Amino acid sequence: MTAALAQLAAQRGKRVLACDIDATGGLAAMFEAGPSGFEPTQVAPSISVMSMDTEASLREYLKIQLRIPLAGRIGPLAKVFDFVATAAPGVREILTVGKLCWEVSEGHFDLVVVDAPASGHVVSQLGAPQAMNDLVKVGQIRTQTDWMLDILSDPGQTGVVAVTTPEEMPVSETLELAARIADETTAQLAAVVVNRVLPELFSTPEEAVFERLREPELSSTISDAVGGDVGPVLEAARLAVTMRRSRAVHLRVLQERLDPRVPVLLVPYIFTRVGGLRSTRQVASSLADELGL
Amino acid sequence: MTTRSDAHGGSLDRLLASKEIAVTCGPGGVGKTTVAAAVAAMAACHHGGRVLVLTVDPAKRLADALGLQGIGNTEHRIPDELFREAGVTPRGELWAAMLDTQASWDALIERHAPDRRTKEQILANPLYRNLAGRFVQSHDYIAVERLFEIHATGDYDLIVVDTPPSRHALDFLDAPKRMAEFFSSRLLRWLIVPYRSRLVNFASRPFYQVADRVLGTQFLADIAEFFILFQSMHTGFVERADGVVRLLSDRRTTFLVVSTLESSPLGEAELFAGELVKRHLHLGAVVLNRTLPDYLRDPQAGAVARALGERAEEIAGRLPTDPALTVPLLREVAESFINFGLVARREAEQRDELAPTPDVLASAPAFENDVSNLAGLLSLGETIWG
Repeated sequence: MTAALAQLAAQRGKRVLACDIDATGGLAAMFEAGPSGFEPTQVAPSISVMSMDTEASLREYLKIQLRIPLAGRIGPLAKVFDFVATAAPGVREILTVGKLCWEVSEGHFDLVVVDAPASGHVVSQLGAPQAMNDLVKVGQIRTQTDWMLDILSDPGQTGVVAVTTPEEMPVSETLELAARIADETTAQLAAVVVNRVLPELFSTPEEAVFERLREPELSSTISDAVGGDVGPVLEAARLAVTMRRSRAVHLRVLQERLDPRVPVLLVPYIFTRVGGLRSTRQVASSLADELGL
Repeated sequence: MTTRSDAHGGSLDRLLASKEIAVTCGPGGVGKTTVAAAVAAMAACHHGGRVLVLTVDPAKRLADALGLQGIGNTEHRIPDELFREAGVTPRGELWAAMLDTQASWDALIERHAPDRRTKEQILANPLYRNLAGRFVQSHDYIAVERLFEIHATGDYDLIVVDTPPSRHALDFLDAPKRMAEFFSSRLLRWLIVPYRSRLVNFASRPFYQVADRVLGTQFLADIAEFFILFQSMHTGFVERADGVVRLLSDRRTTFLVVSTLESSPLGEAELFAGELVKRHLHLGAVVLNRTLPDYLRDPQAGAVARALGERAEEIAGRLPTDPALTVPLLREVAESFINFGLVARREAEQRDELAPTPDVLASAPAFENDVSNLAGLLSLGETIWG
């Protein structure tokens, strides 16, 4: 979904940076590019991809903000960093968010799309500057978190897009995420995207006909006509209908319990391909349809 | 429902007859929690004895159906009536407990703190609350820690552990080691030296200067206080973490990797299975959840679906139903079969390519409705058990 949003924005003339938080390289692959690093690399016209690396982010921060040269003076940086980051909760998160906010404020890109980790974790990231502010009363970090908060709290600059599927657990996690974003962060939920929505197979009158076709007499007429048992084909359609139904229930729960001001965008299940640029394009075009672009 | 779990003649039935601990792991969103509960319910029914499922975050309706809402860290017996309602008489007892990270941490501090004052100071420290609640790996660690504790009571014949959702399934395996390293770190001692003795040696001074500038002195002092308090529990913690590591690699422990056949979770599951093998941990089974039915891959049915779509008008002509509705209907039915057939073939290919190959490869079908009660758990369990 991150790749699709980046693709869509780029098609509409924006310079986009897409950032992978989990350095799995999956995001670059959605553009058929090799694994990305901490330095943004261009993967398509107007689209650059980077992978978050908190250690590199710290190094950059020290260099730019504090003008501390890195030659051995602060000892084995990696080890120290690893330790401090583990010891002081929020350090990793602040470096992640800090780097992203910095890219935003520098204006190299018009849009920074971030592929955030699992939903529980994103709250700690977005809430990190605030949590830091509560823990650290003075010091250089304090001035740093203030400008990050400015960016994150401005709905004109930052929006969270929650991506879910129409299933029980993902929907309840999304609702929980929406509540936590409201309670624990200053950021705003911009939209909820529901991915892999199964197509509605029949209208109600068609369904009545379908039930008749499943009666033994009519199914054997069809089997004779096509020269093979139509049973499995009808059974598959019934399975598709029930799957769609049970998912529709979860979709309704989502729509009912979500703040009505948050738009819910539906992206259909793509049967043919499951990765790479091809599916990025398809998802981008479904998103464009949903947004009326 | 078909049972296909004979990769090497093994089965979950056999596997769990010989193990005391089964850890379900794998990517998020694949039904790991449900599979853990189903496996535990099957073991309680067929093997007997006392079976515990230590779960993290079950779907609300399932938790409600099993009466798990709000039970917290305490172990809770699933009443036999629920089994009777599901139409079975279990041979043994099924117990469940939820993982409450904060409560488990507090209990841990209670156990290891040398005296009451230290305990209270730690519990009141803002950094401690932050660490326990937000520090990602603390959930992973506390899950194995609870497992260790419960296993040590000797109260259960089998414990099925559901692992918390984490960014990388591997965090779960690394958590005890990291926790031990963390508390025995030389750096830790280094960090708290100036607050203990006010004597900072020359070599470490630049580090404190940078840390001071970045974090502020007060914050650094808070961290130091926290760790000075923690130091007093150091030995206990490290021994405990070592014990946890030993338990995970014990012969009586097995790992069940749960995944769906979609490419991205499956890739993660394979990575995890490979890592288990590399670390000489016991990869007992891969459970593939929500697989599509076999008939979708039947070439004959595929040919029927194509004919149905292509000759929809002619076929509708032979039927007594309204052709205006029947023609589009037949086309949709055909299209749907072809679409799902494609997904089913892709998934079958991915199942065959699965590596490393576990002793047990079990597939559970995509159920039409969510599993939300004990009967549902048992019918899921039946498909992967034998």
